[in-house]
Amino acid sequence: MKPAAKPKLAVWKFASCDGCQLSLLDCEDELLAVADAVQIAHFTEATRSVVAGPYDLSLVEGSITTAADAERIQEVRRISRRVVTIGACATAGGIQALRNFRDVREFTEHVYAHPEFIDTLEKSTPISAHIRVDFELHGCPVNKHQLLEVISAFLARRKPNTPPHPVCMECKRRGLVCVMVAHGTPCMGPVTHAGCGALCPAYQRGCYGCFGPKETPNTRAFSDYCGGAPLGIDPGTLARLFSTFNAAAEPFQKESNARKP
Amino acid sequence: MASPPHTTLETNAPPGSGSAMERLQCILEREDFPRLITVLQEQGFEVIGPTVRDGAIVYERLETAKDLPEGWTDAQEAGQYRLNKRQDHALFGYAVGPHSWKQFLFPANSRLLSLHRDGNGFTVETPAEPAPRYAFIGVRSCELRAIAIQDKVFLGSGAVDRTYAERREPLFIVALQCGVAGGTCFCVSMQAGPRAETGFDLALTEVLEETRHYFVVQTGSDRGAQILAALPHRAAFPEEIQAARRITDHTARTMGREMPKADIPALLKANYDHARWDAVAERCLTCANCTLACPTCFCSTVEDVTDLTGNHAERWRKWDSCFTLSFSSVAGGITRASAKSRYRQWLTHKLATWHDQFGSSGCVGCGRCITWCPVGIDITEEVRALTQTAPPTPPAPG
Ligand code: SF4
Ligand code: SF4
Ligand code: SF4
Repeated sequence: MKPAAKPKLAVWKFASCDGCQLSLLDCEDELLAVADAVQIAHFTEATRSVVAGPYDLSLVEGSITTAADAERIQEVRRISRRVVTIGACATAGGIQALRNFRDVREFTEHVYAHPEFIDTLEKSTPISAHIRVDFELHGCPVNKHQLLEVISAFLARRKPNTPPHPVCMECKRRGLVCVMVAHGTPCMGPVTHAGCGALCPAYQRGCYGCFGPKETPNTRAFSDYCGGAPLGIDPGTLARLFSTFNAAAEPFQKESNARKP
Repeated sequence: MASPPHTTLETNAPPGSGSAMERLQCILEREDFPRLITVLQEQGFEVIGPTVRDGAIVYERLETAKDLPEGWTDAQEAGQYRLNKRQDHALFGYAVGPHSWKQFLFPANSRLLSLHRDGNGFTVETPAEPAPRYAFIGVRSCELRAIAIQDKVFLGSGAVDRTYAERREPLFIVALQCGVAGGTCFCVSMQAGPRAETGFDLALTEVLEETRHYFVVQTGSDRGAQILAALPHRAAFPEEIQAARRITDHTARTMGREMPKADIPALLKANYDHARWDAVAERCLTCANCTLACPTCFCSTVEDVTDLTGNHAERWRKWDSCFTLSFSSVAGGITRASAKSRYRQWLTHKLATWHDQFGSSGCVGCGRCITWCPVGIDITEEVRALTQTAPPTPPAPG
């Protein structure tokens, strides 16, 4: 009997650093199991051989920053049964979305010797601003266990376990000592989506907010407290806390705007 | 758990002492203290107790008495915790820290089941590893009360929770009569401390005098008496017992906080729409730290996961919190979407409906939710605000 055809997996890159795709290659031990479970049909970071679409599952990394990419993503949607965005760029516009609040031409003039060759959009936008997305996986980069969970869930046709509660829950479940309370270090954990396993607090650093806003984030209360006496963080620093990889995620964007000195 | 009086000790009992517990007081010198840990280890216990890690006093496995936070103390306020050096060499000169014993009896993550596809069916496997046999050292009165509350939840409410029961049943408890009240402690106003009277195998009061450092030891069970018998000890003199008493009396007088005296269940139930809930919701991050740090909060969620092959599945239980949206998610939607409704649910369950469900308050006054709230929301202050501004409630029955 012929075995049922394996689902076809494609990985697509838009404006990004490749870190999220690397998380998949990083799976090492599990990579063979992935290759057993799905046919890796399009993954140019890993192999030049490409199997033609359509694809059952498309993982999309990166944000849309050029007119050409804005068209290419439509094609990805057309040939994909399920589209899952991976990482902060694809789900929130990424660090490059800092341009959204400034004049992008000014940036290109500072960065490139020949800015006249740069053809880019005014804004960096998440994939969901262009096409219907079936699932968004957060993180900068995504966590490899969560990535495997999403693929496993897709294969089993179930909902992935990637809870939108705060990093603090992972932190407390690990029995870590809260750096905010015990060291006075500002930590974005209480407003940030879980997924990393409280990586930074485990190394006694405050959370940087790589996974973007949690469900119902109270960013205003968080900033008010950080700006108050016990921590004494100045408004400029607060604004910067919210303007990193998820700067264009709405709750973070609103907060950094509100704090800008 | 009370043991019959130990004869040799009884003959040495100081005249005029009160309860059976008091008749069983002995002295363990500081230099003999390390033996307590060794003897427990020899009896096959994994000894857990306080130790310094990452700028706080946490509960972890102890190898020797050297792992204890000798000479350390803590300063605690709402949303703040700092380790400080003491002027002396006290082993237990601090209040409770970020951890509670619940993480050992009710682990934050536990695998309940594994399933393996096998032909047309599947096999179910429950975890086979034997549960650890713990001995806890330094359990405070409030924490004993918290363990008693969780006993009721996990063992005494119909269904027995196996994970909890397996750890709880062999547990050996060395209590500590608190010598220091933390800045956020309020056990006195919850009638939960600072003196432990029951629920332990042994209880220690650490006494530091100019030239002496010793422990007054009370036995609370036969097992406790047996362990004590294996340690160098002698009966306590009345002045030593009095010294120990003075220590907990002093702790009781120096509580950092107080829960307002009021019929709190009636107050909360009569004030679901009080404006204070909106005010606290403005500040609350719904981060769940209070619930996960609380030694009595017992909520969990269950996660089912499958692997890439689809041939293996696991069911995990994880600590959950009434501060998440998924907690109140049912068919048709989320019933506690606002931060206000989530904070109110927490406080009202803890202090009011807990009485209806389990016959006591759900709060033991340990202060963890106050200290470890990253924005310093204070349960006693919230209740005080309600008592001061709420319309009067009918007097408590009795
Ligand atoms: S260290 Fe950060 S993530 Fe951990 S509990 Fe504190 S605020 Fe939350
Ligand atoms: S509610 Fe707060 S003070 Fe009361 S037992 Fe829980 S953590 Fe301790
Ligand atoms: S009361 Fe404090 S610890 Fe509890 S959920 Fe609100 S902000 Fe977090």
